[in-house]
Amino acid sequence: MNGKIPIIEIKNLSYRYERENILENVNLSIEKGAFLGIVGPNGSGKSTLLKLILGLIKPQKGEIKLFGEDSKHFRDQQKIGFVSQKANSFNTGFPATVYEVVASGLTKKLGLFRSLSKRDAAKVKEAVASVGMEAYMDRNIGELSGGQQQRVFIARALVSEPELLILDEPTVGVDAENVQSFYEMLEELNKAGITLLLVTHDIGVISDKVTNVACLNKGLFFHGTPSEFEEQKIGLSEIYGHEVQLLTHDHHEEAAHT
Amino acid sequence: MISGIFQYEFLQNAFLSGMIIGIIAPLLGVFIVVRRLSLIADALSHVTLAGIAASLFLGKYSTLFLGLNPLYMGMAFSVGGAVLIEKLRSVYKHYEELAIPIILSGGIGLGVIFISLADGFNTDLFSYLFGSVSAVSRTDLWTIIIISIFVILVIRLIYKELFLLSFDEEYAKATGIAAKSIHFIFIVMVALVIAASMRIVGILLVSSLMTLPVAASIRIAKGFKQTIFYSILFGETAVLGGLFLSYYLDLAPGGTIVMISVLILILTVVFKKLAVRTAV
Repeated sequence: MNGKIPIIEIKNLSYRYERENILENVNLSIEKGAFLGIVGPNGSGKSTLLKLILGLIKPQKGEIKLFGEDSKHFRDQQKIGFVSQKANSFNTGFPATVYEVVASGLTKKLGLFRSLSKRDAAKVKEAVASVGMEAYMDRNIGELSGGQQQRVFIARALVSEPELLILDEPTVGVDAENVQSFYEMLEELNKAGITLLLVTHDIGVISDKVTNVACLNKGLFFHGTPSEFEEQKIGLSEIYGHEVQLLTHDHHEEAAHT
Repeated sequence: MISGIFQYEFLQNAFLSGMIIGIIAPLLGVFIVVRRLSLIADALSHVTLAGIAASLFLGKYSTLFLGLNPLYMGMAFSVGGAVLIEKLRSVYKHYEELAIPIILSGGIGLGVIFISLADGFNTDLFSYLFGSVSAVSRTDLWTIIIISIFVILVIRLIYKELFLLSFDEEYAKATGIAAKSIHFIFIVMVALVIAASMRIVGILLVSSLMTLPVAASIRIAKGFKQTIFYSILFGETAVLGGLFLSYYLDLAPGGTIVMISVLILILTVVFKKLAVRTAV
């Protein structure tokens, strides 16, 4: 699973907004097949880092390479799936069915002037089924619960068969009950070979799922495995200014002992 | 009246234009409503008024403009207004909606100045404000047909992109869609359709033809394509019914078309309430 091909390579990345440093000299690389959790408090620059990776804003200093190519010239966006925070991404009254929302994930891949073929339609249905939402295919997106909507957005990201899936606080607005099954689904996707980048302010709940943890607070303070993260947590809580909680799942402890 | 359509050219013009506008105004309206841009249609219609008034004013003093269909200058103003709105929206990044009242009041201010300067018009200004069954000329009809072919073709070609941009702008940008260009093409189409619809429904009520059928459709439709279908169905019903009533009762079609749209809206709201109650 852990090949050595970096999917994202960030070198000396800095970003300022209105005289305030948002990101300072960040160096980070994500290898193919990894499941990286980026954790940091509010205002730590997590969202800015994602925007830079996604090309929504341009780096001021340093560089980002996506699949070996400078992000400024990167045009293969269909290789990257993106799931944003549910809360601020869409108008819940929007009259679109689950099928239509997921189909919109093919927009870039198909390119201008082309509409969906029968094969594309089958792909859309497959993506909806892969997140367990096939029973809701023709329902309006606004009628679903937060957790169901987030599954639909995962399907939209998956339909273009991305190699990298980026998730920005995907469980905000999802009820606790469904959060666990949501992360289990992510784990399955990672096992299926998709590289995952998950941004969250709460690493605790996913520490047994990710393969790597990165801690961001303007600069990068830590990058390693969840068990290494656990060992250093006292120092980190000092950096954060509050207690960092990390629940280590059994198999990590087993791995640490063996 | 049906026989009248075969008999009188002005009725043919009005009905054919109406049927076409009943399709394109609600079609664009769906995108306008879901993107929460309803007021842009109002702003652009008032700018169109300024263009019409300018054309009529210039026609009074210059033979060059006398032969020019006022619709063309209305369109030019409308498209110019659309470009200005986009510029203003980027100037006032944190107050994007400010662009709309600025353009709306600017348009009506300019229109009023031209109207006063001209000291009254030979052409009935009333028909521009509230629509007319008798004022649609053959050239108007041809202009409307050409605009409609253009709009339907463009929507067909960039439907995916427009849908994604409307549903989730941030995601659209993150996936590398040319959001700015798509939005610009869209807003220019809106400007053209507003100018085209104005002959039938009138400047003051043109935005209602883009929003009311959509407002009704959203209540009952499942999905986006169905929303478009019902919007066009309701828009078409309102326009044809409105023109019919307008001709027989000698009323301005703007009024009858909008009142039928309102009636359809009320019916869909009641229908939805009853449907929910029976489902429970």
